[in-house]
Amino acid sequence: MNLVVSAIGQGLLFGILGIALFLTFRILDFPDMTVEGTFPFGAAVAVSAITHGINPVVATLLATGAGMLAGLVTGLLTTKGKIPVLLAGILVMTCLFSINLKVMGRANLSLLNLPNIFKSKLLASLPQYFDTVVAGMIVIIVVVVLLILFLNTRMGQAFIAAGDNPQMAKSLGINPDNQKILGLVISNGLVGLAGGLIAQSNGYADLNMGIGVIVIGLAAIIIGEVAFGDLSLSQRIVAVVMGSIIYRFIILIVLALGMDTNDLKLISAIILAIVIMVPTFEKKFKLRRTLRNGVVKHD
Amino acid sequence: MTKQLVLEDVNVNVAVEEEIKPLLKNINLTINKGDFVTIIGTNGAGKSTLFNSITGDLNVSSGSVKLADKEITKYHPEKRARYISRVFQDPKLGTAPRMTVAENLDLASHRGERLTLASRNLKSKKANYKELAEKTGNGLELALDKPTEQLSGGQRQALSLLMATMKLPDLLLLDEHTAALDPKTSAAIMKLTNDIINQKDLTALMITHHLEDALKYGNRLIVLDHGEIVADYAAEEKAKLVTTDLLKYFG
Repeated sequence: MNLVVSAIGQGLLFGILGIALFLTFRILDFPDMTVEGTFPFGAAVAVSAITHGINPVVATLLATGAGMLAGLVTGLLTTKGKIPVLLAGILVMTCLFSINLKVMGRANLSLLNLPNIFKSKLLASLPQYFDTVVAGMIVIIVVVVLLILFLNTRMGQAFIAAGDNPQMAKSLGINPDNQKILGLVISNGLVGLAGGLIAQSNGYADLNMGIGVIVIGLAAIIIGEVAFGDLSLSQRIVAVVMGSIIYRFIILIVLALGMDTNDLKLISAIILAIVIMVPTFEKKFKLRRTLRNGVVKHD
Repeated sequence: MTKQLVLEDVNVNVAVEEEIKPLLKNINLTINKGDFVTIIGTNGAGKSTLFNSITGDLNVSSGSVKLADKEITKYHPEKRARYISRVFQDPKLGTAPRMTVAENLDLASHRGERLTLASRNLKSKKANYKELAEKTGNGLELALDKPTEQLSGGQRQALSLLMATMKLPDLLLLDEHTAALDPKTSAAIMKLTNDIINQKDLTALMITHHLEDALKYGNRLIVLDHGEIVADYAAEEKAKLVTTDLLKYFG
């Protein structure tokens, strides 16, 4: 039971990361490598801030701001500097490795005996592991609602159009480069937020905690798509969160089957590879119907 | 006659390896308000370059572009989009594939405006968009909530045309916009184009390889060759032309 509750909590927190990647990977249509640096950056900023006596809520907001800054740098490098977006992301990710070390002063920084967001009065009164679920729920709801509202504004629509067809966006007077920067800023802000929250949930920030997070985020997106099929844009964002939780359950099952926790990165990459290939295979084997009836409901 | 578009001594050069290659040479062109000008010429004659220098996608090397008495030579393309709209040859270029027809129309209804955080309020406008889509006569109104990638080429081009003209442009550019369609669809889109231009009294330039269309539509015909205007027929002369008269420009 505890494992299931904990998986849901982790799924919700990593759901923020999934939504962030959805903005770049699905809407703007490119993989943003910055994320692997932004995630530990958010963690490092939040944990360092708390060790310096800053209120955990403010520290979490600082982590978000730090992420936005990283996204802005990638955005400027790729639009004004004309560096291909993949490389721009890798460059910023590499920079952040050193910066994270500077922020923390060492490779691992613990929050032991210090306050954090999950130890606040309300959350601490909940049974074990439920603190992550409740906090995750609150943050996810705020993020999803704000994002859906934004995507339905004129600017949000321009953002979607710029990702969908940059040339058409241009002919309607929308500057696709500005939208790219905007997307990277929002996306990495959310990644910083996720990093800050997950570090507090784990009780520490680690220099290497970003390795493989892009795989986790993409897995959430694609599992959500495979499991729920055709949806409206707003529904797809919720599906990413569901995908993130399902991903945690898959990991839970794989570990229960006796796999070593040291193999987690290998397992998560294999899971992602499999779910990406599902749509290809389903055409051949009519897999979707089987999968859907298994995962969602029987028609 | 008011002058709507004035090109003065426009030159466009590109550097090809060590040499400078002129794409447009000393173009002087005045288009009056309400003119519908058809443009023909061989491949590489400079037709698309002419459009790109008007939209700002390509910078002119020298000369000036004036639109409705505004000097727009230095405007960047996004700013010019407020005044100029364009329909491309490739039906895929004019619409956002994963957005619905209604969403595409809604985007176009704000062409060139500042992006704000105001809600798009799509539901309240759907009835209007449906009415607009009905004008195409090809079932577009039944696809309002479908992503445009599911439309046929003809429907997409009709949608592009609606999008280009729903917010009145000072200048409409049609870049071989029927070339990718089958003959029947092409004729239907051409008729729709002509109807819209006449109803809204638009000023339009149309590049075409259909010599019949070049003669049938519009009140002026321009022939481009090697970056220069080699012939310019006003309405009366144009009316007397037959396609064989034009073939000499393609020798």
